[in-house]
Amino acid sequence: MSAPVKENPVNKYLRTERMPSIWCPGCGIGTTVNCFTRALDASGFDLDKVAIVSGIGCTGRVAGYLKLDSFHTTHGRAIPFATGLQLANPDLKVVVYSGDGDLTAIGGNHLVHAARRNADMLVVCVNNFTYGMTGGQVTPTTFRPAIASTTPYGAYEETFNLPRLADSCGAVYVARWTAYHVRQLAKSMGEALNKKGFRFIEIIAPCPTLYLRRNKLGDGLDEMKFYREKSVIKHGADTREVNLDFRQEITVGKFVDRERPTLEEAMEKQMTKTLGSKYVPYQSPGKKPAWS
Amino acid sequence: MSNANSTGVLSGNHYLDGDHACAEGAIAGGCRFAAGYPITPSTEVVERIASRFPLVGGRFQQFEDELGASIALLGGVWGGAKAMTVTSGPGFSLMMEHLGYAAITETPCVYIDVQRPGPSTGLPTAPAQGDMMQARFGSHGDFRVIALCPNSPQECFDLTFRAFNLAEEYRVPVLVMLDEVVGHMTEKVVIPTPDKLQVTPRRYTKKKPGEGFKLYEAPAGSLVPEMVKAGDGYRIHVTGLTHDERGYPAMNVPTQEKMQARLMDKLLNNVDQIVSWEEKNLAGAEVVVVSYGITSRVAEKAIQAARDQGVKVGSFRLITAWPFPEKQIKALAGKVKAFVVPELNLGQMALEVERVVGGKTKTVSVPHPGGTVHNPEVITKAILEAVR
Repeated sequence: MSAPVKENPVNKYLRTERMPSIWCPGCGIGTTVNCFTRALDASGFDLDKVAIVSGIGCTGRVAGYLKLDSFHTTHGRAIPFATGLQLANPDLKVVVYSGDGDLTAIGGNHLVHAARRNADMLVVCVNNFTYGMTGGQVTPTTFRPAIASTTPYGAYEETFNLPRLADSCGAVYVARWTAYHVRQLAKSMGEALNKKGFRFIEIIAPCPTLYLRRNKLGDGLDEMKFYREKSVIKHGADTREVNLDFRQEITVGKFVDRERPTLEEAMEKQMTKTLGSKYVPYQSPGKKPAWS
Repeated sequence: MSNANSTGVLSGNHYLDGDHACAEGAIAGGCRFAAGYPITPSTEVVERIASRFPLVGGRFQQFEDELGASIALLGGVWGGAKAMTVTSGPGFSLMMEHLGYAAITETPCVYIDVQRPGPSTGLPTAPAQGDMMQARFGSHGDFRVIALCPNSPQECFDLTFRAFNLAEEYRVPVLVMLDEVVGHMTEKVVIPTPDKLQVTPRRYTKKKPGEGFKLYEAPAGSLVPEMVKAGDGYRIHVTGLTHDERGYPAMNVPTQEKMQARLMDKLLNNVDQIVSWEEKNLAGAEVVVVSYGITSRVAEKAIQAARDQGVKVGSFRLITAWPFPEKQIKALAGKVKAFVVPELNLGQMALEVERVVGGKTKTVSVPHPGGTVHNPEVITKAILEAVR
């Protein structure tokens, strides 16, 4: 007789009827989702009030696997969709979950502006240094001289330092972890979920099928060993100092944690100041369910 | 239907331009979230919204581009608001992807396009009607929208108001297609009292979470599913991928066929409830002028001139361009010698008239590259030649 199979404690956060996922063996995205569900579990939030928004790509499929109100939007536009969702229904906690290509290339303009205006959302960026869904093309984070299908002779562009980008645009919370740092990541996600304003977590994650294989870097497990060996935790590090390079040290930790009025707070304050009693504040449709 | 929320309705007589009248029509229609990006000649709509919304409990957000604005409103809708965005040609081009996203996700929403001549930057401050085919076919794949064409500031109010009702009724993007002249001309606009303004509320499901609600399952006898909003406990999934009744991606041909059939039929089976037009002197007409927007007002003078010369000319003004009043034009086709179609483009709706008429009657396009309106004499000449 085999031992009874125990229910995975995170199953209740997942649309298990949609499993197995599309993700490859050794992919880091599922690991980050596991951390996210654990952060949700620890948060004590009413999960009916948590909405998740993704763009397009492998990480863009996260929204479809989480048993939350979930929106799989267009390529690069998860952040403005989330901004509209949150402004129209400020009772929601809104999380954007997408990849490096989606958030920082096609969606880069929205990323910088949402951080600037401190739109109230947590943005989780799974950075696997490639466009996985389309077969491994170069992204704004692909290191020189890594091979991608559109840089067959090696990448040659400067890359984004994402924590610095988010920090300099005004994000109130900025952290970076790898898919190896599951406990720290889950804790960091929980911390970020509990803050207001624009929060940004970068997660370095393996894409074994395209990025690792094409660059002869081993499989997912080899990459976990690499993360363990090369990562250095430096909380509060100056984000100018956390740039990544090909196969070099990975600075991880919480880099930024500050307070700043959110977009909604700034809007309300300015309207109240200028209009006084003439101001009619927005009534959130989230105050009561439509069926009540 | 229910009475409009009186907070937002500026009942009374006003002297407004078309852009401002659109903003008031939206407010009266229940719009409380708007996203925008400045672009001539549509900017006055969002300027009025930005100024009025804080007084009526609305929220406006200017975005970094039209890509952002055109999906932020959809986020607003799923959050529970009635929402719109506003633009002109170049911005309309950027918004096309989200028009398709709104169509496949069945997000009730309103897009206003104040048309200017193109292609590209064209003539930013001048009138055109060059986006009519883009409204119908501009996003990739097959999809259907409703497009309304006001020809006065009064109608800018009336049709923007109606656009919000139609969006809720059929869960489609509704486009209000102005041209620069209608957007910027100032005329008397009468805004009715709230009890005279019947608003279609969002049709939320009565099923509570856990009672078997499916996001894309239309109730019996209908092709339009009921709505929910985020935060109410249904744990919905909304995707731009081909999806089944639960809203889950389903990458197969039968699902694509089923989904697309319903998305088409929910409008095609209701065309009679949607189409509207204005007709004049059609009885016994030899020639019918088919026009819309500002061109319909220019055409009035041309029609009068032709009638003064004894030609029996009627007028058929498109109020809905899409869906096209196919049945009505077809019925006229056997009776008249010609349709004359003046428009501020190089022949767009003329193609649709020609298609519908199917060779039974001559269709005469009276094109204009845009930048100003037609000289009415050009239209008169086309009428006189058509009747020969």
